[in-house]
Amino acid sequence: MTSNVSNNAVTGTDRVKRGMADMLKGGVIMDVVNAEQAKIAEDAGAIAVMALERVPADIRAEGGVSRMSDPDMIQGIIDAVSIPVMAKARIGHFVEAQVIQSLGVDYIDESEVLTPADYTHHIDKWAFTVPFVCGATNLGEALRRINEGAAMIRSKGEAGTGDVSNAVMHMRTIRAEINRLSSMAEDELYVAAKEIQAPYDLVVEVARNGKLPVVLFTAGGIATPADAAMMMQMGADGVFVGSGIFKSGNPAQRANAIVQATMHYEDADVIANVSRGLGEAMVGINVADIPVPHRLAERGW
Amino acid sequence: MSKTPTIGVLAIQGDVREHIRALSDSGVNAVAVKTAKSFENIDGLVVPGGESTTMSILAIKNDLFKPLRAMQQQGMPMYGSCAGLIMLSNTVTDGRADQETIGGLDIIAQRNAFGRQVDSFEIDLDIPAIGDVPFHALFIRAPLVASIGPDVEVLASIPAAATNDETDRIVAVRQGNVMATSFHPEITDDLRIHQLFIDIVRAS
Repeated sequence: MTSNVSNNAVTGTDRVKRGMADMLKGGVIMDVVNAEQAKIAEDAGAIAVMALERVPADIRAEGGVSRMSDPDMIQGIIDAVSIPVMAKARIGHFVEAQVIQSLGVDYIDESEVLTPADYTHHIDKWAFTVPFVCGATNLGEALRRINEGAAMIRSKGEAGTGDVSNAVMHMRTIRAEINRLSSMAEDELYVAAKEIQAPYDLVVEVARNGKLPVVLFTAGGIATPADAAMMMQMGADGVFVGSGIFKSGNPAQRANAIVQATMHYEDADVIANVSRGLGEAMVGINVADIPVPHRLAERGW
Repeated sequence: MSKTPTIGVLAIQGDVREHIRALSDSGVNAVAVKTAKSFENIDGLVVPGGESTTMSILAIKNDLFKPLRAMQQQGMPMYGSCAGLIMLSNTVTDGRADQETIGGLDIIAQRNAFGRQVDSFEIDLDIPAIGDVPFHALFIRAPLVASIGPDVEVLASIPAAATNDETDRIVAVRQGNVMATSFHPEITDDLRIHQLFIDIVRAS
């Protein structure tokens, strides 16, 4: 039985939303499409699972409109594991987000992997008790999402490819832009905010603190233990792995290896050991071979 | 202890950085530790917030429970917040069947006792051990202490009046050199809980 807290206690605050993301740091969040995969992820030491109907590699292969998962499927995963469960809503689809919140999901990913529902606006995330994570390719995009209420940011990378190059580019871009703001004079920040199309107050906060006001994970194309460890060394707070695990030859072993490599991201001996005999990685697609209009990272505004 | 103590923060996963900042701001040396070797030069250990089942799985895989329990038996002060409270409890309910803990607190910790993330909350708590000013506490998918043994001191409870429950809910405890809170002082700017733990480390 759970305790119901009321009276002078407050739920859904900025601090408990951002704090939840703090607790996920150093961990691996894995895409799963059914309860069996969710159990494999949990047993491997995943910090959370992302419930979705098709992993990005299949969304890419099958095409069509991609939407929120069936509530039965999300509920099945919530019932199967005791770690936090996340689920994806389409960009701008606030009713999908309301439905996911009502299911008791712990975090919503307003995700470019699904087909956008609104090509102008993202969801007003302040209107929810459940926290949101959003993708970003650069600092301006990250701060626009935070301004809309996102409590966690992840690099977009290029989902469903197994090609880590875009995740690298997005992490490097965000970090470089943070460093640039930190080196600026106070009176230069007005124009900087205009240039990156981000709210001035958030630009000032980033310039002062030298980091985002929320946790920054990496996502999009991470397929191997070395990929995960590289992103951690580049300053990611944690790792999302989408298609990389359950599209590989031996998901349980690869899931375990990526978790260990993320924990010991500075220890090449450990990364080497867990990388041995993992079998086939997901086949993958070079991002350069995907026409720009078909790149998921281009979604978001 | 006359020299400045060095306190390790167990860095399997979780909000390690926030504890290191809180400890450093409180005037001690703070380091992230995640191997048996790195445990050697510390005077106290903080087990951070995070996901207790993940910490348990990874502590088993990395053979960390044996050295951690040995350190505790030798009297090393330990403090755990949230998932750390679970890691320092002798018994856990609503966790994994194979979940292990370091132990040290003769309590039953009930995992996710307040519900899922949408039920996470903030509240002002009276904690006499750190003074008269209430502590603003953040509970995130938090555990509570469902029962305590005879040697466990209760440091704080959520009064029944603040909940729909019939009894107070224990959320901070101490037994000898081991203390734990259901909530997360490390993600606030109030250092009094960390200072209380540092006093235990200095006295040991």
